[in-house]
Amino acid sequence: MKRRRKAPFPHIAVDLRLMDIFLQQIINGLVQGSIYALVALGYTMVYGIMGLINFAHGEVVMIGTLVTITVAGTMIKAGMPVVLAGFAGISVAVLVCIALGWGLERIAYRPLRNAPRLTPLITAIGMSIVLQNMAMIIWGRNYMTFPPLFPKIQYEFAGANFTAVQVIIVLVSALTMGGLLLLVYRTKLGMAMRATAQNPAVASLMGVNINRVIAAAFVIGSALGAVAGVMVGSYYEIAHYQMGFMLGLKAFTAAVLGGIGNLGGAMAGGILLGLIEALGAGYIGDLTGGFLGSHYQDIFAFIVLIGVLMFKPSGLFGEKTGDRA
Amino acid sequence: MQAKLSLVALSVVAAFALSACGQKEEPKPVAAPVAPAAPAPKPEMVVKLGHVAPMTGPQAHLGKDNENGARLAIEELNAQGLEIGGARIKFELLGEDDQADPKQGSIVAQKLVDAKVNGVIGHLNSGTTIPASKLYSDAGIPQISGSATNPKYTQQGFATAFRVMANDVQQGKALGEFAAKQGVKTVAVVDDRTAYGQGLAEEFKKSALAAGLKVVADEFTNDKATDFKAILTKIKSKKADLVFFGGMDAQGGPMAKQMKELGIKAKFLGGDGVCTPEFMKLGGEATEGNFCSLPGMPLEKLAKGPEFKDKFTKKFGAEIQLYAPYVYDAVMVMADSMKRANSVESAMFLPEIGKTKYDGVTSMIEFDQFGDLKGGAISVYQYKGGKLEYVETLGGGTVAAAVAEVKEAVAEVKDAAKAVAGAATTAGAEAVKAGAEAVKGAAEATKAAVEKK
Repeated sequence: MKRRRKAPFPHIAVDLRLMDIFLQQIINGLVQGSIYALVALGYTMVYGIMGLINFAHGEVVMIGTLVTITVAGTMIKAGMPVVLAGFAGISVAVLVCIALGWGLERIAYRPLRNAPRLTPLITAIGMSIVLQNMAMIIWGRNYMTFPPLFPKIQYEFAGANFTAVQVIIVLVSALTMGGLLLLVYRTKLGMAMRATAQNPAVASLMGVNINRVIAAAFVIGSALGAVAGVMVGSYYEIAHYQMGFMLGLKAFTAAVLGGIGNLGGAMAGGILLGLIEALGAGYIGDLTGGFLGSHYQDIFAFIVLIGVLMFKPSGLFGEKTGDRA
Repeated sequence: MQAKLSLVALSVVAAFALSACGQKEEPKPVAAPVAPAAPAPKPEMVVKLGHVAPMTGPQAHLGKDNENGARLAIEELNAQGLEIGGARIKFELLGEDDQADPKQGSIVAQKLVDAKVNGVIGHLNSGTTIPASKLYSDAGIPQISGSATNPKYTQQGFATAFRVMANDVQQGKALGEFAAKQGVKTVAVVDDRTAYGQGLAEEFKKSALAAGLKVVADEFTNDKATDFKAILTKIKSKKADLVFFGGMDAQGGPMAKQMKELGIKAKFLGGDGVCTPEFMKLGGEATEGNFCSLPGMPLEKLAKGPEFKDKFTKKFGAEIQLYAPYVYDAVMVMADSMKRANSVESAMFLPEIGKTKYDGVTSMIEFDQFGDLKGGAISVYQYKGGKLEYVETLGGGTVAAAVAEVKEAVAEVKDAAKAVAGAATTAGAEAVKAGAEAVKGAAEATKAAVEKK
């Protein structure tokens, strides 16, 4: 008996007809990717100037979320209007994270600025663990619910559902990236940053206060972390002292994917990673006829990462930096 | 002068000798030479019990709950002043954190084995319990888990492995049948790829298929995830009537919420891992009206349940999350076995655990030959107004359930008798006949209920 020849991917045709589902997956990926991008901007900001991977950045995001919960949650409970509570919560979170970022740089990284590159990396991981445990002591082990700071409006477009928070997230990360690009390429501080990134010693000879520039990078990165924390919190409405770890890892991956040190690259890498994850989880099962399931979604993302790094080691948009690998 | 010095030296030597003696023969009570008024205090013996659960990580809240259950039991036992083998027993809890990670689970298990604990309570997760049980079995240390429900745990042939909770075969089966009763036709199954989630989802699938349901999607996540939109969107495209989740509350809550955001109308159903107050807190109104199941009977329906709840909340100022009463029972069963064996040596009291017949908080605890709880019942709950509302108990044959049913039947008989009495005075013979039939029916129900148990 002759076997009937099967099309290699019998399910594609079926699934492409479900355009609303495809669109929904794109939206899912875009929002998830924007969150990654927002966190990745913080990584890339610090890396671009110091060549240091601040592994504690995920924890800064987590603290931003938890502080917002405490401040805004208490104010809402006390009967204050949500707008005021939200504004206060976000402001306090940004201030706390700025203080945290500045403190991290002062305590953990500045003393090691001339140490071998591995040393600050290890302190970064150490600080990440310290911050996690500190948060566990302060906020406890339980999950916390994030107060609803943004209006809960549902939209429907061509069969795909999305919420106001999702729109805000995409807008905020796009605006943040734009603002950072302006800062780096259009201001005096940005010029000092670029000079420091190129050669700290020479920059300092030209009258750039290196310490201040690097501290500024940390402060800006941490403030972004706080904003990212608020976005993550309002999207999932759930927070926990360990939420920063996985998020940080994914965002770091996104930054590497786009070319770490490059602001546009972080944005593109984040969104690309989000899309790969969503589409991978959504379609990989059907594409392989059930051989690979949605539990391979992370693997799919990392395969893409490995592929990019093999053919373009500096990432998609990374510049060839020579000595800085 | 010299004489004085030598005297001092002598006394010093004597003191040393005495203290050395004291160290060697510690249990020797200070003999009262004159007045034998107070009986010599019994020597105190420290019995070390290991307790393992995730104390950090996404399931830390459940781990803390478990440890509180164990702590409460141990405090009560110590207050009782148990005497075993002629010594006063002081239980000591060695709490370890396995982070819900199988690798870490084995590491802390080895640590407990090296610390020569007398018994182990835990672990919380099936995924950590199963690999750890091998180490305990090799060392001959009895292990009672209050929450590891994966059937594999007791099927490995280890004499040391026990659990005081119904396993996932029973739970998955009951949930599958319950789903079919809900009138759904198609189900989507999501699991978190842990031994617990995967095992429960598999059993649910089997049972759902047997009940004539169609499994239209089989999706996976992990026990640290917060975003489920991609897999849920896929489930939406398959148009499932019900989404079953094999996993824990930290994932289930956001999952239910995201289902609603995506406009998925399907019902949500889960096992014990999502049957927690935390789940409702995280899922918000998206959880309303959905169902979950818990092994055993609801605390309020058990004789000792409300009392335990009061004690627990008073002591820890926290609500019971999930497994605390089971862990409490596990400690009590172990202490009870030691009492019956009149020994705290693992090898001596291990055979006694198998013969346990202990009236615990959660149920009448007896083990079958595998170390599984005999006749574990499964109760279904509904999320209603931020509370878990008891719906029904499926399967199982706990004494408590039987007693409750008999009581209900007796009440029915009484009602019927009242009706008869009322009918007899007012209406004619026909009413009396109907009343008599009702009595007969109720009596039969009683008989059936008793026989069933």
